[in-house]
Amino acid sequence: MEETPIPEIRVHPIRNGTVIDHITAGQALNVLNILNIPNPSSGVVSIIINAPSVHGIKDVVKIEGRELNVEEVDRISLIAPKATINIIRNFEVSGKTHVHIPEKVSGVVKCINPNCISNSNEPVTSRFTVKPDGRKITLRCSYCERTISEDIGNHLL
Amino acid sequence: MTFKDLHIISMKSFSRDMIDHILDTAEKLEPIASSKSKSDLLKGKVLAVMFFEPSTRTRMSFETAMMRLGGDVLSLGSVDASSIAKGETLADTIRVVEGYSNAIVLRHNKEGAAQLASEFSSVPIINAGDGAGHHPTQTFLDLYTIRRESHLDGLKIALAGDLKYGRTVHSLCYALSLYGAEITLVSPKELRMPAEIIDDLKSHNIKVRETDSIEEAISDVDVLYATRIQKERFPDPAEYRKVANSLQITPELLEKAKPELKVMHPLPRTNEIDPRVDGTGHACYFRQSFYGVPVRMALLALVMGALE
Repeated sequence: MEETPIPEIRVHPIRNGTVIDHITAGQALNVLNILNIPNPSSGVVSIIINAPSVHGIKDVVKIEGRELNVEEVDRISLIAPKATINIIRNFEVSGKTHVHIPEKVSGVVKCINPNCISNSNEPVTSRFTVKPDGRKITLRCSYCERTISEDIGNHLL
Repeated sequence: MTFKDLHIISMKSFSRDMIDHILDTAEKLEPIASSKSKSDLLKGKVLAVMFFEPSTRTRMSFETAMMRLGGDVLSLGSVDASSIAKGETLADTIRVVEGYSNAIVLRHNKEGAAQLASEFSSVPIINAGDGAGHHPTQTFLDLYTIRRESHLDGLKIALAGDLKYGRTVHSLCYALSLYGAEITLVSPKELRMPAEIIDDLKSHNIKVRETDSIEEAISDVDVLYATRIQKERFPDPAEYRKVANSLQITPELLEKAKPELKVMHPLPRTNEIDPRVDGTGHACYFRQSFYGVPVRMALLALVMGALE
């Protein structure tokens, strides 16, 4: 018996919002975490994980009714340095930018060193210098100098 | 070049010119350190000494340095009897103590404590060791010892012992990279130098070699710098004894060394150096300990603006 072809499931274009494309495969859920999604005021969010692309596989996140601010984009750059941010207005791409990797980040990541002074009850926020390293990012704590280069998404504040 | 109000946190903030100036200043002050002449250079100045973990040599050499220059010392005393025991933050303690003093020497068990203190202090913070992080004044005295007892330029040095947790050797490596030293790292595999430090050295074009055999390293070096292997790092006492004995420096081992080889150690030692080495021309660890005084005198006089 001939099998009935399964119709391809596509994510509909969005009217207004943001499409975050070329997210490092496996990081989509961490991107949602950075954007505090889900929360009751979130619009419709679509996630594509392990989508094929010309550079291998990638994740994609579409958020309806929300444009990201610079701080959110800086945070995303730490876990998805090749991501692109597409602003959608009235179904059209009105702006497309690559994420900008900042030289320093503050209050974004928790130091992995349990003996770092930034992990105590002192009145300071964590601070790191950011070093791009090929397709990866290395963070160096400004207090104890310990580096983080793996699983940065697991250390986001 | 001015050092007035400079925080001394990490060797990474010092250029070779700055280090040379500190060592030159220490050399000028050495007669005062050894009580051959007197000075009132820091009369009327107060040094606050805040040690959140025990130390004998570092604390006493800072106190001696300040007193030899005619200044006064204010000690935090026992942490258990201070506001810290009531839960006061380091940031608050620093903001209080800066009002009482012209400089603060800080030793703390948390890495990055000195950096944090410098962000809250208007008087210079001198890092006297922060956890497994930095101990720059030990490095300055190590460099001073090498310069006085051997030579800094074209130096071949072996660093032996606990290279993983030994903060003194981490800072010393960074400083030696400014002088183009050839560095041999001797340690058991469990206590190897962290990879990021080796990478940093190589990026400065420093020749770095790793071995677990002290016999292999000793014949070709000008300085052998030994550190204590900490027993508590080894879950199995038998493993510790095997490793500790494999890196022991004995007169027999030193027969394979250059006659001018100097043996250094930040002290205290346990069994890394056989006491029979003390009487040989190779031993310079007790003089190294004394050199902490002129070096710390130089640093105090420079950051308090008494010398330029």
